[in-house]
Amino acid sequence: MTDIVQTLDEQADTSAATRLVWKHGLIAAVTWAAASIVTIALPDTIKWGSVGLFSGLTGAGAAILLVLAFTVHTLGKTGKTIEHYGPWLIAVGVWFALWEFTTAKTGWLPKPFFSPPHGLLNVYVVEFDRLIVCIGYSLRLWGLGFFSGVTVGFLLGIALGWSRSFNYWGMPILKLIGPVPASAWIPATFYFFPTTFDASIFLVALSCGIPVAILTASGVSSVNKAYYDVARTLGADERFQILKVAIPASLPHVFVGLFMGLYYSFAILVVAEMLGAKFGLGWYIQFQTAYSGYANVYATIVIMAVLCSGIVKLLFVARDRLLSWQEKGLI
Amino acid sequence: MNAPLKSLLSFAGLGRKRQEPRSSRTVPADNARRNIALDIKNVSHHFDIAGSPLAVLDNVTISVKPGEFVALLGPSGCGKSTLLRLAAGLDTPSRGSLLEEGQPIDGPDPSRLLVFQDPTLFPWRTVWRNVATGLEARGLLDTESARVDNALKLVKLDKFADAYPHQLSGGMAQRVAIARALVNDPHLLLLDEPFGKLDSLTRMTLQAELTKLWQEVGFTAILVTHDVEEALLLANRVIVFSDRPARIVAEFEVDKPYPRHRDDTDLVHLRQTILGQLGIAND
Repeated sequence: MTDIVQTLDEQADTSAATRLVWKHGLIAAVTWAAASIVTIALPDTIKWGSVGLFSGLTGAGAAILLVLAFTVHTLGKTGKTIEHYGPWLIAVGVWFALWEFTTAKTGWLPKPFFSPPHGLLNVYVVEFDRLIVCIGYSLRLWGLGFFSGVTVGFLLGIALGWSRSFNYWGMPILKLIGPVPASAWIPATFYFFPTTFDASIFLVALSCGIPVAILTASGVSSVNKAYYDVARTLGADERFQILKVAIPASLPHVFVGLFMGLYYSFAILVVAEMLGAKFGLGWYIQFQTAYSGYANVYATIVIMAVLCSGIVKLLFVARDRLLSWQEKGLI
Repeated sequence: MNAPLKSLLSFAGLGRKRQEPRSSRTVPADNARRNIALDIKNVSHHFDIAGSPLAVLDNVTISVKPGEFVALLGPSGCGKSTLLRLAAGLDTPSRGSLLEEGQPIDGPDPSRLLVFQDPTLFPWRTVWRNVATGLEARGLLDTESARVDNALKLVKLDKFADAYPHQLSGGMAQRVAIARALVNDPHLLLLDEPFGKLDSLTRMTLQAELTKLWQEVGFTAILVTHDVEEALLLANRVIVFSDRPARIVAEFEVDKPYPRHRDDTDLVHLRQTILGQLGIAND
């Protein structure tokens, strides 16, 4: 009897102990340390630069993970989030180690088409100033194009959805032109606009304005007619019906249009920048490809991935706030 | 009514309909206005369905006195709801005329409000903002927002002011719809099968609540229903319609005090008579 109690106690003790140690964190620390050691201990077949920095960063990552493995349970909600990504952290360490090994250390994946992680890191170190300028140019072009396109598209969509005669004349044109990829307009726009910058803004605006216009129009015209009946009997004039009924009711559709427009605008942004911009991430990729700077190309793609997914995330946050009245999200 | 009580009632947003002039009209009270709340004169109506006319109302004449509760009873789809839409000013009749207190009805007006079978609350607005819609549309919300709170108290939903419609039960949503109408102090409340989609227990509760509101607030009510029992529980007068196109086939005064009981022998008897009128045999 006492034996059983004792073993039960021991089991309870060990399980409490294992709960206090974050196993995935420990393993991740090992894989990150491996990546660090592979980077620093084995010689590069061709020099890439920033070896010490990458080894140091992954080593520091390993150290942090090691500390977290014993302290993560004290961090509350943040700790829970970190624990959730444990398997991912392990995989990233393994990925870095293999990536280092197959590129810089053995040359199995040859230069210039493949680059080790410290090669990418070296691009950020060496090209920092130029990349910052390029990010600024791209964001300016995208911002001007996206916001003007979305504004015009939204207003046009409301007019198309609300006014019968506007719909009669406008909708067939929009339906005809809408499916044409914005990139097909490039030759014409570069001729019609005074500068390539203006033309590029127009192309980005066109790419996102059309889906927003179409979805807004369909949203406004599919609003339950009973809402207008209620609003009219309550004394609402046309202005009130548009601003306080049609627009909020069609907002779920508008957001579908915004998400579509966002992806189209990223696509056309890069194409437009490759065709005669002086700076910008698209231009930078084009420029570096000409010199076989594939490490620079990959480094830029990583920046684009972070920027674009960040903007998508922002739009999701905006949607969740504005559409919190919905039972469930549509997207 | 003495002056302090009057001002107290009007502060509460109640009891003001007889004193307050209509939003768009300033016609002084005359005989017609005092004696007839809604006058439906020889109204016929048809819809165009795929090019051919479909008659829905056939020469309907009804006169509703102020403060009266009239039930329009008839088979589903006979055209009763169309009559309510005409009274609300949402459609114009093919023939005949409708007058509110002697004035022709030429469009929607917050003095005549419609409550639908579906609550049709704006899902993007909280309960409070739904109820506030009418005042907001007329630019009165800044000065008279207390009326919204009072209307919510009236339907016992003041604790749900910040809820969104999808968080409400069917009965609560319909009470919000009633509050959204009553906050505007309508002369005429047009109810289009307002309890049709509710479960029977909720329906009974809301029927009792509606009777109380009608007695307290004193609006004129027209209720479209196909439920004979509901008509007899709520109305002073029951008007029975035929199948489409709707004609008036019978009219019954229900002179019974409130609250009424469904088992009241006179009402049970009347119910049998009306069901006979509707062509449903009773054994």
